[in-house]
Amino acid sequence: MIKNIVAALLILVSASCAQTQKEVKILNVEEIASNVWLAADGSAPVISINFSFDGGLLFDPSDKPGVGRLVSILLDEGAGEFNSQEFQKELSNNSIGMSFSAGRDAFYGEIKTLTKNKDKAFELLNLALTQPHFNEDAITRMKNANIADIKDSLGNPKWLAARSFNGMLFKGHPYELPGYGHLKSMRTITRRDLMEFRYKQFTKEALKISIAGDISKAEALVAVRNIFSTLPMHSNPINVSNTPLQHKGKTILLEVDTPQTFISVANQGINRKDPDWHAATIMNYILGGGSFKARLMEEIRKKRGLTYGVYSSINSMKHANLIRADLSTSNEKAAEALKVLKTEWQKMADKGVSAEELKDAKSYLTGSLLLGLTSTSAIASTLNSLQQNDLGYNYINKRNDKIKAVKLEDIQRVAKRLLKADELTIVMAGKPENIFVDIKLDKPPMMED
Amino acid sequence: MMLSTNANAKLFNAESFELKNGLQVVVIPNHRAPVITHMLWYKVGGADEPKGKSGITHFLEHLMFKGTKQYPDGTFSNTVRKIGGNDNAFTAHDYTAYYQNIPKEHLRLVMKMEADRMRGLILSRQDILSERDVIIEERRQRIDNRPQAQFQEQLRKALYVKHPYGTPVVGWNDEIKILNQSDALNSYNKWYYPNNAILVVSGDITKDELKSLARRTYGQIKASRKPITRHRPTIKTLKSEKRMSMSDERIGQPALIKMYLAPRGNGALDIATHILGGDATSRLYKKLVIEDKLAISVNISYDPVKLNYSSVTIYAMPTPNTSLDKLETALNLEIKAILKQGFTQEELDQIKTKKDAEMNYYLDSLQSPAMLFGRHLASGFNIEYIENMNTRLKKISLKQVNSTAKHIFANKNNPPVVGFLTHKEKK
Repeated sequence: MIKNIVAALLILVSASCAQTQKEVKILNVEEIASNVWLAADGSAPVISINFSFDGGLLFDPSDKPGVGRLVSILLDEGAGEFNSQEFQKELSNNSIGMSFSAGRDAFYGEIKTLTKNKDKAFELLNLALTQPHFNEDAITRMKNANIADIKDSLGNPKWLAARSFNGMLFKGHPYELPGYGHLKSMRTITRRDLMEFRYKQFTKEALKISIAGDISKAEALVAVRNIFSTLPMHSNPINVSNTPLQHKGKTILLEVDTPQTFISVANQGINRKDPDWHAATIMNYILGGGSFKARLMEEIRKKRGLTYGVYSSINSMKHANLIRADLSTSNEKAAEALKVLKTEWQKMADKGVSAEELKDAKSYLTGSLLLGLTSTSAIASTLNSLQQNDLGYNYINKRNDKIKAVKLEDIQRVAKRLLKADELTIVMAGKPENIFVDIKLDKPPMMED
Repeated sequence: MMLSTNANAKLFNAESFELKNGLQVVVIPNHRAPVITHMLWYKVGGADEPKGKSGITHFLEHLMFKGTKQYPDGTFSNTVRKIGGNDNAFTAHDYTAYYQNIPKEHLRLVMKMEADRMRGLILSRQDILSERDVIIEERRQRIDNRPQAQFQEQLRKALYVKHPYGTPVVGWNDEIKILNQSDALNSYNKWYYPNNAILVVSGDITKDELKSLARRTYGQIKASRKPITRHRPTIKTLKSEKRMSMSDERIGQPALIKMYLAPRGNGALDIATHILGGDATSRLYKKLVIEDKLAISVNISYDPVKLNYSSVTIYAMPTPNTSLDKLETALNLEIKAILKQGFTQEELDQIKTKKDAEMNYYLDSLQSPAMLFGRHLASGFNIEYIENMNTRLKKISLKQVNSTAKHIFANKNNPPVVGFLTHKEKK
């Protein structure tokens, strides 16, 4: 019992340990109930719970995007015996952080509390999930706040590029919808829509929970029961098919009067469960995954000064996969930046990476795993995203071995398979000079006034 | 762990020592995981620049990643990555800081490299030219793409007038375009010495371990021949309120912004701004958002950690059918009414309990305590000031909070800069 409470979370990864090839345990995680993971650690008086319900924006009606978003900002606007102000006061006075968000494939929630306020925190979370008021006054208030966000976004070139990107690459699929909704849907969404979303979304079958911090196994089980046990059991079917990327090889522009052009490009990506996923991760790191030394950064920023930052990433979702790169650059430099990007893209597909690049990438990706796990909330959130990807609770302790096992030829194979410069869909917002455009948008896709 | 419940206990148990060359060293032990945050803070910021050279401090921060004789051509960051670490840097008005998050066994290497670039920087002409393009793109990305950001820049200029806090850290466009190699080296040779720097290390290490590492690395660098001091002009309060407006097609959501000059390090003001406009339970939110439905949000911010002086900013966004004029009138009336009536002891006690409790969240983080110490120390506060934060907080009286609030918000000798952001319809 005591051992559970104070069990040191992070086992030392000392040099001697690594040399003797013993199993290196990054985190002590256990599955304490079905879909409930716990990483207990008493070194700071803080507890975090991160959870997700499968579904998220997939439950938004196609003619009324933004329902999930509104639910996410209304759950703490009055619940149970507390009105909106009282609920907010309870959170604030007890230093409890509670937030929700509607993601593409899941509805996420997190709560962070000091150990001494945990009972209050769990009670409030239970009320938010099971007895939210959604009263008309609060709905109007939150709609207005959301409308302000939408209006602000409509003048933000970075957002406009992202909206055009999602709207065009996922055309015809629910992923094309704007998560925050649009001005029209903010007028038409009713309280009934919010209630329906809630009933569909908050079910035990769809739920995955990760708990971290100053809490024992027994306490964690009680907490889970108190917070979630009154939710209905059966989840609702999500009738969504997988989608390949649309507008392959096309260059798409939303013209915006701004000094820079925001550019996003993408190829078809890779499934999270694909055997080559770890090879793809390493390849992405070398191509543009955050390091100053990454090839895109080296060529586009460092050598030519064309951008403040350029990054590539792998987006693996439930129903679509991307490998993408994003940057912003002055309108007159957009053509050159794009040209260099495509050259690097193709070069990696043709020639792969060097042995030194592979070695450096592996040592970064394995060595830095711990750095992402230095706070209680970071641990809970990392574990929940592993749950969301259907990876086992012990994955975090096996992950570095999978990275280490990747060979040069694996990278070469996956690079050839994924990186196709001629097939890149290119989406831009700005006033780029000297770029041939296939499709000119006159407004951001799927936005209605 | 619950040290903060004891009024006399230290929060972080930070320890400090000074090397012979004047480098101040702070260690914040946290043995939870075998990782370290290593930060080197230079006491030079955007507010320490020669006339016409705005942005040079930030430009130099970028150039510091170029290389030295021993670690040429980006070797620094590449090495940090190879050992599984992350590194970056940032520049503010009062300081420039470089940091690395790393597995503990590589601390010595990182200290060696950071010490090496304190005096060993080598800059080529090509590096200067391409990196200058990078900072021009950075300015465009952060500021020039958004009229709102350009407007904020103008408001700060109007508030601080001749004081360099009114100059953007990234620099004015026409000035950063012509920054050159000698500008960068002048700044480097003036400020980058151990006696003008603070080393903050947080994580799995003790004072003794750090002391021996620091002596062997940073300890080998000579102090500057002359003492290094900063000269800042005094702040002058405004003679009259200034009202500014901007209307643009790219501004989707209107906003009202009010900025007041305010003293630094003022705990009573920190509390007053929290009660007035800290979160969704604040006085102004309750009145303007919940009851009167004139605003969709209202927020007050105050950063006490500044070297010379600070400011308080009120940011409010109107509901769809409310004009900015109407919102401003209601906001002014409500602030006046609150100040007249005064805050309550209950409100004060709640904030105190809350701030006290929240210090515990710092203990759950590696980088936040290092940031807290570095920011304070580089801005002229000392370690005792930080460790005693809660003790000081507990002593603040209701009378202090009320009179401080009046002194800022209802003082004819402290008029605000008021900004109006509005949407312009497309022609």
